[in-house]
Amino acid sequence: MMNFPILSIITFLPFVAGGIILMMPATRKNETRAIALAAATLDLLLSAWVYLQYLTQGMTGYQFLEQYTWLPQLGITLYFGVDGMSAPLVLLTGIVMFTGVLISWGDDDKHVMAGIQDRPREFFAFLFLLAGGVFGVFVSLDLFMLFFFYEIAVFPMYLLIVIWGWIKTREYAAMKLTLYLFIGSVVSLVGVLVMYWTQYQNTGVLSFDMLQMESAGFSSTFQYIWFLPVFLGFAVLGGIWPFHNWSPDGHVAAPTAVSMFHAGVLMKLGAFAALRVGVMLLPEGAKQWSWLIMTFAAIAVVYGAYIAFVQTDLKYMIGFSSVSHMGLVMLGISTLNQTGLTGAGVQMFSHGVMTALFFAITGMIYDRAHTRMIPELGGMAKIMPLATVGFIIGGLVSMGMPGFSGFVAEFPIFMGVWEEQWLVAVIASVSIVITAAYIMMNIRKVFFSPMPENLEGHVGDVTVLDKVAIVVLCFFMVIIGLFPAVMVPMVATGVENIMRLLGGA
Amino acid sequence: MFTPLTFASILPEILILSLGILILIFEPFWKEDQRRNAGWLTAGGLFIVMIISLLFGRPAEPTATLGGMIRFDWLGFFFKMLFMFAGAVTALLLMDHERAGRRGESYLLLLASLLGMNLMAVSSDLVMLYLAIETASIPLYILAGFLLADERSTEAGFKYFLFGTLASTIMLYGFSLIFGFSGTTDLYKIATVFASGDISPLLGFGVLILVIVGLGFKVAIVPFHFWAPDVYQGSPTPVAGYLSTASKAAGFAVIVRLLFVALPDFASSWTLILAALAAITMTVGNLLALPQTNIKRLLAYSSVAHAGYVLIGVVAFSQLGAASVVFYLAAYIVTNLLAFGIAMAFSRITGLEDIKDYAGLSRRNPFMALMMLAAFLSLAGMPPFGGFVAKIFVFAAGVQANYIWLVVVGIINSIIGVYYYLNVLKYVYLYRMPNEDEEQHPVPLTRPYAIALVVLTIGVIFVGTVFAPWFKWAAEGAFLLFN
Repeated sequence: MMNFPILSIITFLPFVAGGIILMMPATRKNETRAIALAAATLDLLLSAWVYLQYLTQGMTGYQFLEQYTWLPQLGITLYFGVDGMSAPLVLLTGIVMFTGVLISWGDDDKHVMAGIQDRPREFFAFLFLLAGGVFGVFVSLDLFMLFFFYEIAVFPMYLLIVIWGWIKTREYAAMKLTLYLFIGSVVSLVGVLVMYWTQYQNTGVLSFDMLQMESAGFSSTFQYIWFLPVFLGFAVLGGIWPFHNWSPDGHVAAPTAVSMFHAGVLMKLGAFAALRVGVMLLPEGAKQWSWLIMTFAAIAVVYGAYIAFVQTDLKYMIGFSSVSHMGLVMLGISTLNQTGLTGAGVQMFSHGVMTALFFAITGMIYDRAHTRMIPELGGMAKIMPLATVGFIIGGLVSMGMPGFSGFVAEFPIFMGVWEEQWLVAVIASVSIVITAAYIMMNIRKVFFSPMPENLEGHVGDVTVLDKVAIVVLCFFMVIIGLFPAVMVPMVATGVENIMRLLGGA
Repeated sequence: MFTPLTFASILPEILILSLGILILIFEPFWKEDQRRNAGWLTAGGLFIVMIISLLFGRPAEPTATLGGMIRFDWLGFFFKMLFMFAGAVTALLLMDHERAGRRGESYLLLLASLLGMNLMAVSSDLVMLYLAIETASIPLYILAGFLLADERSTEAGFKYFLFGTLASTIMLYGFSLIFGFSGTTDLYKIATVFASGDISPLLGFGVLILVIVGLGFKVAIVPFHFWAPDVYQGSPTPVAGYLSTASKAAGFAVIVRLLFVALPDFASSWTLILAALAAITMTVGNLLALPQTNIKRLLAYSSVAHAGYVLIGVVAFSQLGAASVVFYLAAYIVTNLLAFGIAMAFSRITGLEDIKDYAGLSRRNPFMALMMLAAFLSLAGMPPFGGFVAKIFVFAAGVQANYIWLVVVGIINSIIGVYYYLNVLKYVYLYRMPNEDEEQHPVPLTRPYAIALVVLTIGVIFVGTVFAPWFKWAAEGAFLLFN
């Protein structure tokens, strides 16, 4: 329908921009940043355009399709397209990329150590490599290319954390994260290759095309066996319990923009790939094992929230809250019903924006106060009012308050779970209370309690660029909360397709 | 007998020989400080040879030429191109090697071994094959021990020579038994004789072991790998790079042709032996690479591990398997030459070879650090670099042949690999020099290095993204083995 290759442009623009940035002289830091911002802005606008088109034209199914032959002998094609499930995630990536660049801008002449001062050239290049990989996964309809981009999205993380991360834990955290994710992805790889050859045996067609694989006729036994490695392999990146261990360490060690990317987008990558490859290609297996996924997810939700509750480091608190909220996504997926899956889709977007905002504000506070320990902080509300408002909005989303995107996402998830297993819904809902508790405690302590004396006079307000980032992120959380119609029906069209594959609806 | 076709089938070899003669003629007239020009001559000459061969020496239908000694087909041609590429790059890397680069003999020896490798890739007769292997090996023994003043290098040359000749003789014994049983030395006829079933499988198995010892030594698979780390560490670095890429690929070219063409009837026994060897090779190579502190030794053990991955493709014994072997070798040649090239360029300026000495490289020469990133991530099998696609193809072939356990072993090994490759990058990017004044210690690249390394880096990315043409050629070559 569309001849304009918009999805390819969105995906490859970060790679090209990263290449250009690498060619810049190392001393031209501001020009480097300007190019990065220009590329990120353009990508945000393009992904927003795709989203709005999909929404306003009332599209369903896969749209903006592009297909180019890549390796015909093995049936590998560059096959791009988005549906109601992935279009919001493309937009999310655009948002996080844009705000991530703003946050990392860095200003050499201020006394605060904000942003990226050291080698911004390499930083933005690696960040964009990561972003391009993420876009690629969300738009790929070819399993080989999905895997290709998935791996591209994983390894820059190592460099970004190890070079620009928090000096105390970066080496440990970066290696742990990379190995965890690499192990997860190669476990899925075995499953993917087996699926590929089985499809060839069944249909006589050599193809990695996922739309064709959906009707490859995998036997039930085959699906029972291979669903778990494929789903869990990808879900490692989604932070599923008990393989979530890498995630809080990674969040904490990463520099601000990378934490935003990591929790905001990368974890969605895992959940999305687990859904796209695991559930949609092996639906029988999904039905067979949904109880296990649901158990894991429920544990993640409650356990994550509780661990977040007892943290004294702001970043660890948000890191574990991510485990809890990603648990909700997995919980939604495990219901395998329309309501739960729709909730999971919205939650992916909502959590992405929310956690990016949390990490951004935490980064701003740390840059100025030089501490993230909650007991050592206080009184930020007077000094950085906008950041305070942002944090509160993020907190309300996190608690699932009506009027914010969190509610729009969590309500259907719990409804969906109730339909399947009411007991799990009851247990998981405990997390809402715990979340409300730790969010409100932290808001009170960090922002509204009296400021400790040693911080008095040293801490200034956030920069203009930071404010822009906060406003952009808050905008999406509020708009979806007030007008769920801008996202929910769209996600629902994507879910209908999944329901068709599951044999329901 | 000497038709245009015969001429075309050995065109690259004739040209390489002429190139060698050219060097012999010019070298005495050059003063000592001009002799590195022989490197430009070799590299440029090989480049021209490649173009001429592509234009006039391309094979059409597979034919036997020179009385059945040579098989003129696409598989051999593709390998020849790879070897000549590796030879040209190695010549560039040799140029600024302090002791080896200023002597014309080193380029001459390089060309001589290249001649042998080219013939290894196309031999279709056991006698020719043995001659080719020795032609390739003897110059390499000398090159490994080229630095007479350096004890390590002398030791490397001597070790390589002793073990190499031993392995060769064992293989030669295997060859003679094959001849004895089948009455022919023609690889393409041996299969039919063996297929008749007159030879007991046990005898065939024995012969196979003898041959695998010899070829296993060439490609450094466990347990015939023990020479590799010492030889790589001791040899001049460009020679080590050449040994670990072109020489290894030549060994695999022979393995693939010999096993697939001459001994397909014993496939059930050799796939099993090789599967076991592949699993052991990968694991031992990677585990021994873990504790290494010297970059060349690390690359040596990693090269052992990579031979194991390639074997998965051989074990698959299918068209895709053969194609994935050829593709893997292509990607590996580019990647490992890049890794060794960087090690060479770095130690030329700093005189250091330990991994910890690479601390601060990303500030001393950011572009070199990026190239190192490409090389090591490709070795680790990360996209968008060549190693990723190569590994996926090999694993895909393994899964197709139902060797899932072997693929799982391969995957576990890649994870170990990721660990130590990233560890090197950690020094390059994270750690700093002791007094943090990297700006005072730049690592400049000379022109031959810059050309070689940039070409290789582009190659690594190219193989990893635009993989269709390479795969097409690899697959066309592989197709011939089964028809």
